[in-house]
Amino acid sequence: SGVISLLRPLLLDSVPTVQHTAALALGRLANYNDDLAEAVVKEDILPQLMYSLSEQNRFYKKAAAFVLRAVGKHSPQLAQAIVQCGALEMLVICLEDFDPGVKEAASWALGYIARHNSELSQAVVDSGAVPLLVLCIQEPEIALKRIAASTLSDISKHSPELAQTVVDAGAIAHLAQMILNPDAKLKRQVLSALSQIAKHSVDLAELVVEAEIFPVVLTCLKDSDEYVKKNGATLIREIAKHSPELSQLIVNSGGVAAVIDCIGSCRGTVRLPSIMVLGYVAAHSENLSMAVIISKGIPPLCACLIEEDEDHIKAAAAWALGQIGRHTPEHARAVAVTNVLPTLLAMYMDTHSSEDLQIKATLKSILQKCMYLPALEPLLHDAPLNIMKHIIGQFSKVLPHDSQARRLFVTTGGLKKVQEIKAEPGSVLQEYINIINSCYPEEIVR
Amino acid sequence: MAALARLQERLTELWEEYYCRNRSIDEERTIEYKAAVKIQSCFRGYRVRAYLRYLNKMAITIQKWWRGYQGRRYFRNMVETAYFIMKMNFYNEMAVRIQKWWRGYYVRKYVHNYYALKKYLEAVSLNNEIVRNQLQEYAEMMENEEKRKDLERKEKEKKYQARKMHYLLSTEQIPGIYNSPLRKSPDPMELLLRESKPLGHRLQQKKSPFSYDLYDWPTCRRPPTFSTLQPLPPIGKQKPQVTFFIFQQRHKPLEPTLRVATSIDSLEKAREEMKWEEWKNRIHDNEFLPFSSYNKNKKYDPSIIRSSKYGQEAYGTKHFREVQPKKWVVSK
Repeated sequence: SGVISLLRPLLLDSVPTVQHTAALALGRLANYNDDLAEAVVKEDILPQLMYSLSEQNRFYKKAAAFVLRAVGKHSPQLAQAIVQCGALEMLVICLEDFDPGVKEAASWALGYIARHNSELSQAVVDSGAVPLLVLCIQEPEIALKRIAASTLSDISKHSPELAQTVVDAGAIAHLAQMILNPDAKLKRQVLSALSQIAKHSVDLAELVVEAEIFPVVLTCLKDSDEYVKKNGATLIREIAKHSPELSQLIVNSGGVAAVIDCIGSCRGTVRLPSIMVLGYVAAHSENLSMAVIISKGIPPLCACLIEEDEDHIKAAAAWALGQIGRHTPEHARAVAVTNVLPTLLAMYMDTHSSEDLQIKATLKSILQKCMYLPALEPLLHDAPLNIMKHIIGQFSKVLPHDSQARRLFVTTGGLKKVQEIKAEPGSVLQEYINIINSCYPEEIVR
Repeated sequence: MAALARLQERLTELWEEYYCRNRSIDEERTIEYKAAVKIQSCFRGYRVRAYLRYLNKMAITIQKWWRGYQGRRYFRNMVETAYFIMKMNFYNEMAVRIQKWWRGYYVRKYVHNYYALKKYLEAVSLNNEIVRNQLQEYAEMMENEEKRKDLERKEKEKKYQARKMHYLLSTEQIPGIYNSPLRKSPDPMELLLRESKPLGHRLQQKKSPFSYDLYDWPTCRRPPTFSTLQPLPPIGKQKPQVTFFIFQQRHKPLEPTLRVATSIDSLEKAREEMKWEEWKNRIHDNEFLPFSSYNKNKKYDPSIIRSSKYGQEAYGTKHFREVQPKKWVVSK
């Protein structure tokens, strides 16, 4: 009903209270709905705001920044419109103001603009906001620190160059100091900022690690707030995934134990990054995966598989188990001893589960190295043909050499089961069956 | 005279004899001539054949010596290469042995050091225990902090309530709410009330004129109207008149110029053709190389029998049997 066009002349009113109230109203409108935000943009309000900003007082600046934030948060096109009006310089001027409320509103607006995509983030960086944001982080007010940290996190998440820009402004040292702060929301933002920086490349991750976060981050994993634990685990995950040396560092500082405790204490999606940490650490080399095993990492992962409902968490747990078990027979034995293989098989055969549960890859990789026959036997009875191939293959590798295992195989009814399998002659499965049959004298085979 | 008469008597016999002798000689002349020719031709034939046989034998000898020489040279090369290969195989085997020992040692000591790995894993589990304990302590500390803060807050609440309800304190005459006469000792609230100071006048809380608790504008739900650009009017198109002349023009067959018709690589093709012509007419392909003696640098391979460490032996070229003229008994 034409409210916006009515509000527009009020912005130019001589009484500052009226201006301020009008801007506030526009901000509330735009915040509610993105059509309204589009209307605000189309009615050319933004240039008006810019124009009158430089000589106004701090309440007006706060309200104007609120309007920009409300418009910019809905979609990238609106944020692009804001940038094109030249709002970024204005926001940077707000960042230089003394009042912490103004700085908070300005950096919040910058954060929402930079969140959408990397061009907008680049525009924000080009307007010189990053050093000012780093200064904001050092301010004593907690709310300002929170918002500045979240803005830095939004800027650096898009690309390595942006993250490098943030690092060059010296953000990492300040962020690292703030991990010790007791405020939970601040810790969330700081950890998320550090993980966005560290995720792009090995060098950035090494820079983050050099800021001596390591024993301190583990205390975050024991925090009472769920999201602090999740972000802490995400940070460790981003560091661990790049190179074996970084994973080694994490293991050496006792990070694996902390992460395992974290898995045990959380439920739901919060567990996901911790599971992935174990997977990445175990994936790099067999020494690291042995370290994960002796830190008692496998029982929590099995518990995850059984308890969780959501598919992607189960997939992550299965993937992590696969990474642990795939290196040598010792590792596969450690995984198989916990009796998790029948669970995996049941999940694989379950028609309800989705395709990208990487169960098949996990099962294959563990089975190919598993020499621990008592764990393989229950699988013989249920497995479908393509898994059966691997199981029988393992039996055919072990049975020719071990007489006691042969005896056990017959007594537990395994040989009978093998005879019942029908395989095409000439296939790999038939070869394995022949090898097994040739270990026994003819009467038993018949 | 008598002799003459006698000679004249004998003359006719002489003439007859002379005539008979000449006649027989003449008659036998061709036979003898033919015989002589036959003998000579036979002999010449023998001579030439002997000469040819001799030439053949010489040629065979030369070829025999040459082929033997070539063969021995080739054999010498073969022996050298075989020897070289044998030596290299031996060196390779020995090198493999050394590398095998070194690599096993290096891997066992540095890369896959079993004992170091074992120690490392034990250290990791110890470290994990320590870290777990520390984190447990930290968590307990945080919990205690929180509990303490909670308790403090509750205490503060209670004290504030007590200060507010100070009027509920019991007097000498009238027992207060918390001090019922049936109780043995006063309620803890009563004790609190006794201890607390009454609250003063409430401080005026200054309301900031610019707080954000203003009444909301009614949110307008009207869809925003904005001027839509009208589509541009269509450009007037003129239809071309298709006459027969234009139709002809369009369907005229292509007559390319010479420049267009020659393929783009006609120059290269012509060069190729010239090259093939010349190759056809050439006898052999060996190029004429100037400074040919510069290129004739084949080393002389001496025969194995004659070569020794200090150059070639003189046997075979300078002498065949050992000859010591100083020891001869008879000189010359």
